[in-house]
Amino acid sequence: MTRARSGRERDDITLDALRERALGNDDVRIHPETLEHQAQVAEGAGNPQLAANFRRAAELTDLPDSEVLAIYEALRPGRSSAADLLTIADSLEQRGATMNAVLLREAATVYERRGLLQ
Amino acid sequence: MTVGRFRFMDEQRVNLDGFAVEDATLGLLAFNSPADPEPELVVVDGRVTRMDGRDESAFDSIDTFIASHGLDLGVADEAMALDDTTLARMIVDPGVPRSELVRLVAGMTPAKLARVLAVLRPAELVIAMTKARARRTPSNQAHVTNRSDDPLLLAADAATAVAFGFREVETTVPVLGDAPSNAVAVSIGVAVGSPGVLVQCSVEEALELEMGMRGLVSYAETVSLYGTEQIFTDGDDTPWSKAFLTSAYASRGIKMRVTSGGGAEALMGGAEGCSMFYLEARCVSLARAIGAQGVQNGGIDSASVAGSVPGGVRSLMAENLMVMLRNLEACTGNDALMSESDVRRTSRTHPIFIAGTDFICSGFGSIQRYDNMFGPSQWNAEDIDDYLVMQRDWGVDGGLRTADADEVERLRRRAAEAVRDVYRHLGLAEFSDEWVEQAIDAAGSKDVPAADLMVPLTAARLIRDTGITMLDVARALDECGYEREAERVLAMLRARVDGDYLQTAAIFTEEMQVLSLITDANDYAGPGTGYQPTPVRQHEIDTVRQQRSVEDLRAEQAQSRNNRLRVVGPAAQGHDPRDVVIGVSAATGRELWVTLSGLPVNDVIEELVAGLEEEGCAGRIVRINDTIDLGRIGLEAARLAGSGIAIGLQAKGTALIHRRDLTPLANLELYSVAPTVTRGLYRQLGINAGRHAKGSTPEPARNPYSDEAIEARYHTKVISLVAIERACAQVDGAPETLELAARESDS
Repeated sequence: MTRARSGRERDDITLDALRERALGNDDVRIHPETLEHQAQVAEGAGNPQLAANFRRAAELTDLPDSEVLAIYEALRPGRSSAADLLTIADSLEQRGATMNAVLLREAATVYERRGLLQ
Repeated sequence: MTVGRFRFMDEQRVNLDGFAVEDATLGLLAFNSPADPEPELVVVDGRVTRMDGRDESAFDSIDTFIASHGLDLGVADEAMALDDTTLARMIVDPGVPRSELVRLVAGMTPAKLARVLAVLRPAELVIAMTKARARRTPSNQAHVTNRSDDPLLLAADAATAVAFGFREVETTVPVLGDAPSNAVAVSIGVAVGSPGVLVQCSVEEALELEMGMRGLVSYAETVSLYGTEQIFTDGDDTPWSKAFLTSAYASRGIKMRVTSGGGAEALMGGAEGCSMFYLEARCVSLARAIGAQGVQNGGIDSASVAGSVPGGVRSLMAENLMVMLRNLEACTGNDALMSESDVRRTSRTHPIFIAGTDFICSGFGSIQRYDNMFGPSQWNAEDIDDYLVMQRDWGVDGGLRTADADEVERLRRRAAEAVRDVYRHLGLAEFSDEWVEQAIDAAGSKDVPAADLMVPLTAARLIRDTGITMLDVARALDECGYEREAERVLAMLRARVDGDYLQTAAIFTEEMQVLSLITDANDYAGPGTGYQPTPVRQHEIDTVRQQRSVEDLRAEQAQSRNNRLRVVGPAAQGHDPRDVVIGVSAATGRELWVTLSGLPVNDVIEELVAGLEEEGCAGRIVRINDTIDLGRIGLEAARLAGSGIAIGLQAKGTALIHRRDLTPLANLELYSVAPTVTRGLYRQLGINAGRHAKGSTPEPARNPYSDEAIEARYHTKVISLVAIERACAQVDGAPETLELAARESDS
């Protein structure tokens, strides 16, 4: 049975639960294990890049919305120094978001070479 | 001064379009610019060291991302070694499965795929698209917007779009601050229409993500990619920020596709001398590399740029095919209006329409042109009936269906009232009854003068400031008595938890089943295979509301039923040289009472009699019962006439003058285009028949001129009318003399 990020079973996401004010935002958010499952499905359908995306996404499920928006902003052109990007990468890695950390480090290198840093 | 022929041609709509001389330096060419690199891939120890004319050290950010994430190096040697024509043939060959193409294309560089697809001719593109699209079942997407961001009208129009069959609805705003209100109103509207309709609100990237996180939209599409680094940076993103954004959406369980399109770089002055198609090949490779499940392309906002150069329209279609071959969802443009000419815009869409794609239009303007805040679309509310008829003409599933007028009224009322009630319940806004009623009936925002522009702005600010989520909207719907809609909104949130609609080309059926590359894979492998509409769906395609049967026509005629034309006895041979017979067809005054021009047949007879009287002749009405052929009716009548002259008249209004010594198909005068014959012309026909009877010179009568498609308009009616005439005629039916009673006795 698929579970929401909160642990609630998907079949328990019901109008009755909503009426009892038992549903919060985490009850309608995807669980990282579900994303891993979808990654395997995508791989089986010939799209390893989509699978990699789902795995990076699984790492981001625990980040608050505001932090996700902030990292996106930091990656836009001219917003960050290489050090800024590496700091974010380290912070992500410490929390187990290793694939996203790799992405940030790669960005720091390429941005430096292509003049996309602050 | 040019000759009249050219002055006249210059006035035609197509000449409002711009046509550019090819100019490679400006990127104004569709395929194969001298600056496009030779396809090339060098891999050393599992690392790309050279690609499409550049060494690794010279890679720009787009090259780097594609080279390090986008290619299947395991198949690259094999794929790059195949020559372009061999690959192009494999793409068209029904014997080569889609999966094999997907496998090979994964190892091709952007320049290679661009080179291969440039080989395909238009008809080959149609076959390739039929085979290569991801999802078996085609679908379509609607724009739902209006000039005033009116939440009631948005909801009513969203419900209407769903009634017409759209499974994705995209809204946007003229006023950025209104975005959250638009997202909520459209989400409620689609929930009234059907379960499982996806909704997006196209705004700036960060705000769009924020709305997605709050559940206010269920997919995203405005994530733009460009083919040169400079334009990508001008778009305020990099491949890495876009890759992260893609993962951000997936991390919240939200479907997302990216947007690109040939001509965008040329339009922004940054094509670097490359062809539109090569730059788009880079965008599509990048889309795959960052892990997006799909692409909206085919020009989009720059479709008219591609349309301005030779082969540009073909390149727009080939772009879509490129997406399919990269194993991604293809949302195939036919979006921003690319021509003022109805012929050109139809020509641009038609091959894609008959091939079928994941979404034929990446924005069919389901509202009127003036209300489309993306700008007018290639297809708009003005064209919905055309599109439905095109589906029927070709037996093709273009994703739409005919909607019933009463059902649409019911849905619009429920949608507008649901938004009114939910906005009131959440303390967002109050709407007057007048506003609600206007929005329900409106064909567009011009019909809603009661709309207050401050209402959506205030509501949107409150949604943002108080952190209202889609769960709050679902609860409000439920508490206001819209339990079914609350359940549908909740089901879309539940779908985020399932994650199945993150897969390539996912849509929901009305039963909330996911149709995607995974669950509904395209299996076209030649004639007799692939998508075939179910009998129920085929019936929807075939049944347009304008269709008419013989019974419909019989009922329409019966509304004018009267008994003024009465039988007085068998028809006798006349002897008076002033006796002219008006021979009418068997159904006249029995089953048929109105001609194709809408004149009561009694009035026509009165005009004929009056015309004869002007010439001192007497018109005698005889019904000819043994034939439906007008020549024979006229000839039989002429043989009964003392003068040897007769007028033949079918109930549908076709009339002629006949003489007893002629063959049936020869006649003296014929008014063949019944729909355009006026009262005055019938009078003239009567006068001329009189003159023929007296041996004097008739006035030359001409059939009235028309440039309208008279035959298209009336031929189906003619078939029904002839069927009714045939049912009334009998082989041995004798002619009867009729009299036309005075008007007072109309029943």
